[in-house]
Amino acid sequence: MKNSERSRLNGEAEEEDDEEENLNGGLEAWERSYADDRSWEALQEDESGFLRPIDNSAIYHAQYRRRLRGRSLTVATARIQKGLIRYLYIVIDLSRAAAEMDFRPSRMVVVAKQVEAFVREFFDQNPLSQIGLVTVKDGVANCLTDLGGSPESHIKALMGKLGCSGDSSIQNALDLVHGLLNQIPSYGHREVLILYSALSTCDPGDIMETIQKCKESKIRCSVIGLSAEMFICKHLCQETGGTYSVALDESHFKELILEHAPPPPAIAEFAIASLIKMGFPQRAGEGSISICSCHKEVKIGVGYTCPRCKARVCELPTECCICGLQLVSSPHLARSYHHLFPIAPFDEATPSRLNDLHNISRSTCFGCQQSLLASGNKAGLCVACPKCKKHFCLECDIYIHESLHNCPGCESLRQSNPVVANEG
Amino acid sequence: MASAPSKLYSDDVSLVVVLLDTNPFFWSSSSLSFSQFLTHVLAFLNAILTLNQLNQVVVIATGYNSCDYVYDSSSTGNQSVGNGRMPSLCATLLQNLEEFMNKDEQLGKQEPEGRIACSLLSGSLSMALCYIQRVFRSGLLHPQPRILCLQGSPDGPEQYVAIMNAIFSAQRSM
Repeated sequence: MKNSERSRLNGEAEEEDDEEENLNGGLEAWERSYADDRSWEALQEDESGFLRPIDNSAIYHAQYRRRLRGRSLTVATARIQKGLIRYLYIVIDLSRAAAEMDFRPSRMVVVAKQVEAFVREFFDQNPLSQIGLVTVKDGVANCLTDLGGSPESHIKALMGKLGCSGDSSIQNALDLVHGLLNQIPSYGHREVLILYSALSTCDPGDIMETIQKCKESKIRCSVIGLSAEMFICKHLCQETGGTYSVALDESHFKELILEHAPPPPAIAEFAIASLIKMGFPQRAGEGSISICSCHKEVKIGVGYTCPRCKARVCELPTECCICGLQLVSSPHLARSYHHLFPIAPFDEATPSRLNDLHNISRSTCFGCQQSLLASGNKAGLCVACPKCKKHFCLECDIYIHESLHNCPGCESLRQSNPVVANEG
Repeated sequence: MASAPSKLYSDDVSLVVVLLDTNPFFWSSSSLSFSQFLTHVLAFLNAILTLNQLNQVVVIATGYNSCDYVYDSSSTGNQSVGNGRMPSLCATLLQNLEEFMNKDEQLGKQEPEGRIACSLLSGSLSMALCYIQRVFRSGLLHPQPRILCLQGSPDGPEQYVAIMNAIFSAQRSM
């Protein structure tokens, strides 16, 4: 792909690039697939001097354990209160610095792509929450989309408005977001995520006052920087209780932004426990005709009926336009349960225990039946659940903790029965 | 861990994971007998394996006290078992199922008061999903996986969160 890009550019600037064009044009089609393949980078020398391919699964698993440990350092195993109803504003910096090409093809495009992935992941993990988008261009902050629960509308609006120019201003963005977030009910958790490409900020007044205002309104501000660490961003995050990180490259940026998808722990004095009124609408009857309150169109048979005012809405979760009742369905609540009942991280199984190979339960992974023995009948890497003591392979460990949120071993044991099915 | 659907096979190649409910409290009070049920299931499994040479079948038993793998058509150790009158699929499956039921019974025999006891569907569903993730990891050329739950016991309220988690994970892997 890179060769064709280069040859396209070469078509426009013909004076000096003849040699390069010959180099690319001289390659056969079958050769081009190997032109960028640096297969020597996938080899590593081990302690006895032999060349071995880099073991990707062990590296991936080590990264995953580091992530898990980092998360568990801030969250003790005791029950932590988490803000599940979040109102998050994403501030995207579209100043001159966003056109820099250190992230391919440009910082702005990379940010837009990762924001799209983040929005989908966010609504997957927090179905009761809402997102709004704000852009900063020419020193002025504009609200791109209002707080809403549908990922498609945000993504469509973002992709349509990608142009960068001018300066960036943190204070203007914070002022705008502060005004917008003051209108939401008190049980919601107010958050701002600033994706900052510039190295400076052009503010009309004293930004420290704005930061104090945000702190008093209980808005949690986090920043992800793309260029370098800035004192003002660090200060903002420290004051409001958010996190500040700087991305090194595109994959690191993706990792950093997806860390904001799971709900953060709620700060004690901000989280007031209160009862929230929610409606659970029924599906509208087959063939019933009515005008829906969101699009003002006639709908036959599809949609839901608000239990309080009987207005028709098209999709859930949403807020009823007529009476303001929050409308959800029970699977939306169920999506948030794994945040409240997390499973314990698995312990690494020491090789000495695995020497008991006669024990079949320790030679295959309990979840996927993959053999846990490395080449030559030695014990390979595996992990074990601290509660049910069943052994799992590394890939099942990652899948269970990131996607499934159930331990198959614990679920396969009847809880009331204290007899555990393990020998030894 | 998302996977693209594998369109590299020209025909439909599927992996069917069957979750069999073996709760003795349910089967003892059911109008259909367990042996009749197994006859139908074995005919179904045979049909799947006949439809395409590359089809795979995995059977997980959902017991009252535990869950376990009972049959895997892709494991090579199946050819030896077979006594001439029954094909090896039936013989292996029935033998493993009998061993599983004996082990399950050893783990506890208390019958709950009142309603019929529920079986551990969340456990077998989680195991099936882990197996399917392993199939996705085996490369681009993999059969299209699906899960068939044959469930007769009522739902246990204590399993609600686990079953919903399994459903959401299955939705994401699609």
